[in-house]
Amino acid sequence: METNLCVAGFGGQGVMSLGKFLASATCDATDKNVTFFPSYGAEQRGGTANCFVVISDGYIGAPLGDVMDDLIVMNGPSLTKFLPTLKQGGTLFINSSIVDETKVDRDDVKLVKAPVTELALEMGNAKVLNVIMLGVYVGYTEVIDPAIVWSTIEHKLASKPKLLPLNKQAFEKGLELGRAQR
Amino acid sequence: MARKLMKGCEAIAEAAVRAGCRFFAGYPITPQNEIPEYFARRLPEVGGVFVQGESEVASVNMVYGAAAAGTRSMTSSSSPGIALKSEGISYCAAARIPIVYANISRGGPGVGAIQPAQQDYFQATKASGNGGFEMLVLAPSTVQEAVDLTYAAFDYADRDRNPVLILADGVIGTMMEPVELPPMKTDEEVAAIKASKAAWACTGHKLDYANRAWIQPGQWNTAIMQQENEKAAALYASWEKDIQVEEYQVEDAEVVIAAYGVCARIGKSVVDICRAQGKKVGLIRPITVHPFPYKSFDHINYDVCKGVLDVEMSIPAQLVQDVDLGVKGRCPIETCLCSGGNIMSREAVLEAVDAILAK
Repeated sequence: METNLCVAGFGGQGVMSLGKFLASATCDATDKNVTFFPSYGAEQRGGTANCFVVISDGYIGAPLGDVMDDLIVMNGPSLTKFLPTLKQGGTLFINSSIVDETKVDRDDVKLVKAPVTELALEMGNAKVLNVIMLGVYVGYTEVIDPAIVWSTIEHKLASKPKLLPLNKQAFEKGLELGRAQR
Repeated sequence: MARKLMKGCEAIAEAAVRAGCRFFAGYPITPQNEIPEYFARRLPEVGGVFVQGESEVASVNMVYGAAAAGTRSMTSSSSPGIALKSEGISYCAAARIPIVYANISRGGPGVGAIQPAQQDYFQATKASGNGGFEMLVLAPSTVQEAVDLTYAAFDYADRDRNPVLILADGVIGTMMEPVELPPMKTDEEVAAIKASKAAWACTGHKLDYANRAWIQPGQWNTAIMQQENEKAAALYASWEKDIQVEEYQVEDAEVVIAAYGVCARIGKSVVDICRAQGKKVGLIRPITVHPFPYKSFDHINYDVCKGVLDVEMSIPAQLVQDVDLGVKGRCPIETCLCSGGNIMSREAVLEAVDAILAK
């Protein structure tokens, strides 16, 4: 069983961190294989950013697959660019605050919506949108135990303990939204 | 031991520190910046020295000097930066100075592209500088292997008093994967390694011309120059025993994929996918790309093999010329290629395999 995930958005939306949290949690607390591959180019600085996470029970050959099982898009341009790579029956997670749902021109994929930009602003810090989306993804897919993911976030934020309550709130909110759409 | 998620570049740097590397000099270039960045933070913690040189040429020559003084030393760069270092590498080879360096290669030629590529194969394996010197060239295909090969590279370099090259593409350098790190050499072990080089290293002892490192850039006595080259040739010939290769499901294969680095891991997963579908596909993966495991191609059953598929991120193909020397005309060789910063597609390899099987 191999899961290919692509996370895409603007630089600054925390798409790399989202992917790394998931990969770290998988590395730390499971015996599965995992790869994280960031895609960046000169033209992407300040523009789009995306990363690929592969989680597998077996050997991982391609850290960058051709066909995605899951796709998280945090902004409009990423939807246009990556939606064609999502497999039939795959799951599309959109930041419905700024991604136009009507632009999803495929009916052979599952759609999970979360207005993470608005929710993060409501929580008082736009930066936590990626942690909300991570919660949505984990809550919906159950690809890994949420408690493991949270302890990874906790560990990564160890030097900034003041940020923990807000991130906890963000992650829990995401989990709730993800589970509700199962 | 607990595994840790690490980026290829950082894992290479940590493996070097654990192997006793105490000097690094480099100059920034994507996609290998995490190597100097990591050394800059890490080396002061272990009493080592990090220098960001004013150029690639300066950096490689600082490493030349530090290694000539007996300290395990390293530099790294990416394709065009490696080209700039080639003069210093050739000088290290001439002076028989043990250094380790890494090429986290990107698209080319020229300044090329900052994305991953495998377009430096000939440069790495045939002519990394002037004068026809040779090096062990190690090509990891996972982050774990990058760690293990870097750790071993310092031993090879010291054993041979010769440069060793880690040839990793930008995918291996920038991706993250779980690794188990090798043991950290103690300060005593690091000191003992340095002391073991006292016979030749430039450490301020009394003049002993017979054994001192020959760090002069030229030798004007042609007879001596030839003797030095003959000694070097004998060393290179001794590397047959150091050849490392992975042969995966080759015996009954109707198609054998030949690939190194990231293309090899993609190729291995193609073998698994094909075998699950009942297709007889195998893989030959050189781990040392120099010396090259030509003999592995004798293990192919040419009575059933319809073709060897050379998979590499280089247009025109380069690895294919060594594959050709291994196959020796016993079956057709096809290629599956991309270049310029594009990453090999598993689907493309699967299609290429199917095309050979359909023949």
